[in-house]
Amino acid sequence: MKIVIIDDEPLARGIVKEYLSSFAQVQVMAECGDGFEGVKAIAQYQPDLIFLDIQMPKINGFEMLELIDNPPAVIFTTAFDEYAMKAFEANAIDYLLKPFSKERFDKAVNKLLGQKNINLPAALNEEVGSPESQNRVVVKKGQNIFVLPVQRIHYFEAFDDYVKIYTTEGFYLKKKTMVYFEKTLDASQFVRVHRSYLLNLQELTRIEPMEKDNHVALLKSGARVPLSQTGYAKLKTVLGI
Amino acid sequence: MGWWLLWTALQFSLMIYYGISIRESWMDASVTSSILVLAGYVMITIVKYFKPSAKNAVAVLVSALTLAILTDGVLFSVLKMLPSSTEYLTWLDDTLLIRFIFIWMMIVIAAINGWLFFYIKEHQQTELREKENEKLMREAELSGLRQQFQPHFIFNSLNSISALAGTNPSLARKMIEQLSDFLRGTVKKESNLLVPLKDEFNHLQLYLDIEKVRFGHRLMAEVKGDDVALEMKLPSLLLQPILENAIKFGLYDTVGEVVISVAAKAEQNYLVVEIKNPFDPSSASPKPGTGFGLNSIQRRLSLLFYRNDLLTTQQDENTFTTTIKIPQR
Repeated sequence: MKIVIIDDEPLARGIVKEYLSSFAQVQVMAECGDGFEGVKAIAQYQPDLIFLDIQMPKINGFEMLELIDNPPAVIFTTAFDEYAMKAFEANAIDYLLKPFSKERFDKAVNKLLGQKNINLPAALNEEVGSPESQNRVVVKKGQNIFVLPVQRIHYFEAFDDYVKIYTTEGFYLKKKTMVYFEKTLDASQFVRVHRSYLLNLQELTRIEPMEKDNHVALLKSGARVPLSQTGYAKLKTVLGI
Repeated sequence: MGWWLLWTALQFSLMIYYGISIRESWMDASVTSSILVLAGYVMITIVKYFKPSAKNAVAVLVSALTLAILTDGVLFSVLKMLPSSTEYLTWLDDTLLIRFIFIWMMIVIAAINGWLFFYIKEHQQTELREKENEKLMREAELSGLRQQFQPHFIFNSLNSISALAGTNPSLARKMIEQLSDFLRGTVKKESNLLVPLKDEFNHLQLYLDIEKVRFGHRLMAEVKGDDVALEMKLPSLLLQPILENAIKFGLYDTVGEVVISVAAKAEQNYLVVEIKNPFDPSSASPKPGTGFGLNSIQRRLSLLFYRNDLLTTQQDENTFTTTIKIPQR
């Protein structure tokens, strides 16, 4: 069984490795100090199991998982995280609260070894965002990973199973739903103006009428975002007009 | 007593002026004043116990009137029993009404006086209580602000110790000692205590040493201050949350090595401490450090020094600087 350990603290990776040494059938393929290395190592080694810390540099453990198309089984290792607790329950094999004992660790690993059909974290719980998800969105374009602060996002557009995220540099794709972004982001900044559009109010310059009763929003970038009738009404309420 | 003498003298002179004999004038004046003082005292006592409000001012006037009638009656019977001339007795009868009005007025004045006195006293006490209350609340808030350090830090440190226990027991033991010293430092101090900067620096060093074990080569730190600054005072445990914030930003906002610097200097009447950490302007949120760490420091400083301008932050290129000024007394 191939394993990758992802944690920003060397000693924390060390103890996982030490505890794993009692399992004959496992092999630690890589140790990673942050999520970027993690994404690379997972692509390279296709591990069966990863040990994943939550709080890490640049992108957290959840954000890293979002970037992987077919995530392996995950055991979270974390010190304390109230948000994480909720999220694990649905998606992870197990979670270990640091510091953890050898017995507790073995129990977590044996869960995976013992059963064949386990729930792989295909997608994280839609309703639960990590604390960082209110302020930033992590996206992948080719081999590059970008951390987008939300204020740099102009608007979101629904695109089949994906959402197109528009910024000054163009758009990024992310496998999420419009509802997810509408729920996690600050409702006073991002308004769902249309079934297919979520708009950053900071980018709005003008609202123009279109034929019939429809309206369109003009953005600083020059983009035109259509407003549905309910979306137009919602926009007027938020703007106080 | 002063009042008694004043009124006795006044009435005495008045009676001499009207041609009453010295002995009778003296007798009448002293008796009247004595009874008046007594009535005034009774009135003040009534006011003291019933604490009348503006609504029952009428009740006060009525009780003053009753008291005046009573006093007048007592005064007359006393004066008539005393041996005196017919001349004096006629005069006494003539002045019945004027004496009655005078006594009533005096009693009302006593009532108002008493009421004012007790009202002001009560007001002062309330004010004092409020001040006391405010002070207690401030202290509670301060200690609350002080104690909110990250549980993350403790649990992760314990995890590092657990890892070291297998591979390097003597380092594990050393880290336990450092963590204990650090925790002892955070629990024993009072919130308003001013400590010399060098003590605070020792505490910071403990914290940094533990973090260095956790993060290995990634974290580097330098803590320095000039000799004058090291002796200057600041509220205890003020810097640690700022350092915590700086480390968090440095370590979680960038990858690779992180240098945190703490520099202190004396500047006129201020101790100025600058804490610098690297950050990534492209991914940082617009106002880094407005999270819990710095807000609580801001609040604590304004509670202690009644000023909001002691904490400032600045970002240029890849460095985030937090500057804190502590007024010296």
